[in-house]
Amino acid sequence: MLEDDGELSGADGQDVRAKFDALLGSRGWILADGATGTNLFALGMGAGDSPELLNVQQPEMVRAVYRNAIAGGADLILTNSFGGNRARLKLHAVAGRTRELCQISAQLAHETASEFGNGTIVAGSMGPTGELMEPMGVLTPDVAVDIFLEQAEGLKAGGADVAWIETISDIRELDCAAQACFRAGLPYCATLSFDTAGRTMMGVAPGDLANWAADATWPPLAIGANCGAGAADLIRTILEFPKLKIGMHLIAKANAGIPKWEKGAIHYDGSPDLMADYAELALRSGAKIIGGCCGTTFRHIQRMRARLETFKGGATPMLEEIVGKLGQFSADIGPDPKDRNRRQRRRRP
Amino acid sequence: MSDEDEEELILSELSDEELVPQMHDDLYDGLKEEVEEGVYILLERGWEPYAVLTNALVEGMRIVGIDFRDGILFVPEVLLAANAMKTGMAILKPLLAETGAPRMGKMVIGTVKGDIHDIGKNLVSMMMEGAGFEVVDLGINNPVENYLEAIENEKPDILGMSALLTTTMPYMKVVIDRLVELGLRDDFVVLVGGAPLNEDFSKAIGADAYCRDAAVAVETAKEFMARKHNVLSAG
Repeated sequence: MLEDDGELSGADGQDVRAKFDALLGSRGWILADGATGTNLFALGMGAGDSPELLNVQQPEMVRAVYRNAIAGGADLILTNSFGGNRARLKLHAVAGRTRELCQISAQLAHETASEFGNGTIVAGSMGPTGELMEPMGVLTPDVAVDIFLEQAEGLKAGGADVAWIETISDIRELDCAAQACFRAGLPYCATLSFDTAGRTMMGVAPGDLANWAADATWPPLAIGANCGAGAADLIRTILEFPKLKIGMHLIAKANAGIPKWEKGAIHYDGSPDLMADYAELALRSGAKIIGGCCGTTFRHIQRMRARLETFKGGATPMLEEIVGKLGQFSADIGPDPKDRNRRQRRRRP
Repeated sequence: MSDEDEEELILSELSDEELVPQMHDDLYDGLKEEVEEGVYILLERGWEPYAVLTNALVEGMRIVGIDFRDGILFVPEVLLAANAMKTGMAILKPLLAETGAPRMGKMVIGTVKGDIHDIGKNLVSMMMEGAGFEVVDLGINNPVENYLEAIENEKPDILGMSALLTTTMPYMKVVIDRLVELGLRDDFVVLVGGAPLNEDFSKAIGADAYCRDAAVAVETAKEFMARKHNVLSAG
C-alpha cells in the first residue's frame, strides 16, 4: 500500500498517476467504490433531497458512506459531489454554495481516507449538468466549462487527487468538463453511461469516447463506462474498448443489477456474489479500475475485493458467459451508424 | 446520391401524394422550415387542420418514434424532429381550436422533486403533442403539491412522472402514495419513465405502466385511452 502523502495533485496528474501505476504494477487492478446516492438512501436520506447538502447538514452520514467503502476494500472513493454543480444545486436553492459543498465533500473524503492511512485515492465526482447543449438545448460550451470549473476548483481545494467525470451522455459536455478540470489543475478520469442499446442516450458509442480521448487536448488518465443498465450490459460495453487500443486505463463501474422497489425502499437486485462475478469479468474484459455504481454497497465491494485478490487469470469472456453470470442484456446492440438504414431527404425524381 | 447533382426540391410543386411523405422525411431530418412550409401548403390547398396534423405530423413522428425505439435514432435527432414538429403544431393549434378537432386526451407531466433532468420528459411531452394529446408540462423539480394542483385544475386523463436519478426515482412513490391517500389515484392513468426505471419498479410503486422511451409512452397512452373509451361505451 502507498503512503498517504496528503499533498494536492498537479494538473499533470503526476501524483495520482504514480498511485495508479503503483497499484496496477503490483496487482493489476484498482478497486473503486460502490454507489453514493443509494448508500445515502440506506442511511436515511429522503427522496428528492440534495445529496450534496448532506456534506454540511449530516457530514457523519457522508463519512459513513466513505468509511464503509474503504473498510470494504476500495482503493479509490468518489466524493459526494455528483450533482455539485450550480445548474443542479439551484433546484435546492443552494447554487451559491456549489464550491463550498464540493470542497467539503472532498475534505470529508480526504479526512476519512486519512483515518485508514492506506493511501486511498480521493476522486472528485462530477456528474452531468442536466442541461442540453446547443443546438438542442441552450447550454453553450463557455457556460458549461464555467459550471464545471466551479465544481472542479471546489473539489481540488478540498483535496481531491483526481476528478471523476461520470454518467455523461454527451461527448461535448464531457469535453467541457475536461477543459474545466484542466483549468482547475486537476487530472481527471471520465466514464459515460451507455444505457441505450450499447450507446449513450445521445448516441455516443464506446468508439466515439475512445476517439475523443485520443484526440483530447487535455487527455484523461482513464476512461470507461459507469451506471447505464445492468452489470451485463456494462461488461458488453467494456469489451469494446480493448479492440480500440485506447492507450489509457479502462474503468468499469456497473450498477448492482437493476432497481426494484422492496419493503418501502429501492433495492438493486444484484447480489454481492453477482458483483464478484462482475468484477472478475470486468478484469478479464480489460478493465483495470473496477467498482460499482447504483446499488453497490460495501458488502458487494468486500466480495469484489476477495474475488479480485484470488483471481488467477482467465480468458476474455464470451457473451454467453456474461449472460449466464450477470443476466440478460437490456437490449441488443443497435446498428452501426455506417450500416444504418437512415432516411434521407428525398429529392425530386 | 451525391450533393452536387442534387436538385433543389420545390415543396409547392409536389402533389399531395408526394408532399406528405416528403414532410415525413423532413420531420425525420429535423428540417423545421421545410415542415413549416409543408403545413402552410397543405392548408392553402384546403386541407382540414386535423388532417394535416394526423397525416403529416403525427404520422411523421410515428416513424421517428419507431427508429428511436429501435436504437437507430438517438435523443439529439429526435429532439430536432420534435422541434420541427412543434413548429408545425404552432401553426395548427389555433386552427384546431377553432375547428373543434377531436382530442386524444389530456396529460399532466413533470419531472419529480430533486431532479433537473427533463430531456426525456420533454421528448414525451412533444411526442404526445405530436400524437394529438393536450399536454400540460409542469417542468422539473416538482414536489407532490405541484402535481396535486395541476390535477385539480386540469383534470387530466394521464399523469406522467419522470426521474433520471436513482436518488429521485423513489419520489414517484411519494406522489402516488399521496394520490391514494386522497382517493385520487384511480381518476387517471399514471405513466412513469426515466433511465433507471423498469416495469417491475413501476408496478411496485403503484403506477399503471413504465414507458421505456417517448415512443412507448405515446403507444401506451393511446392504449389506455382506447380502453377508457371502450369502458365508457360499454357502460
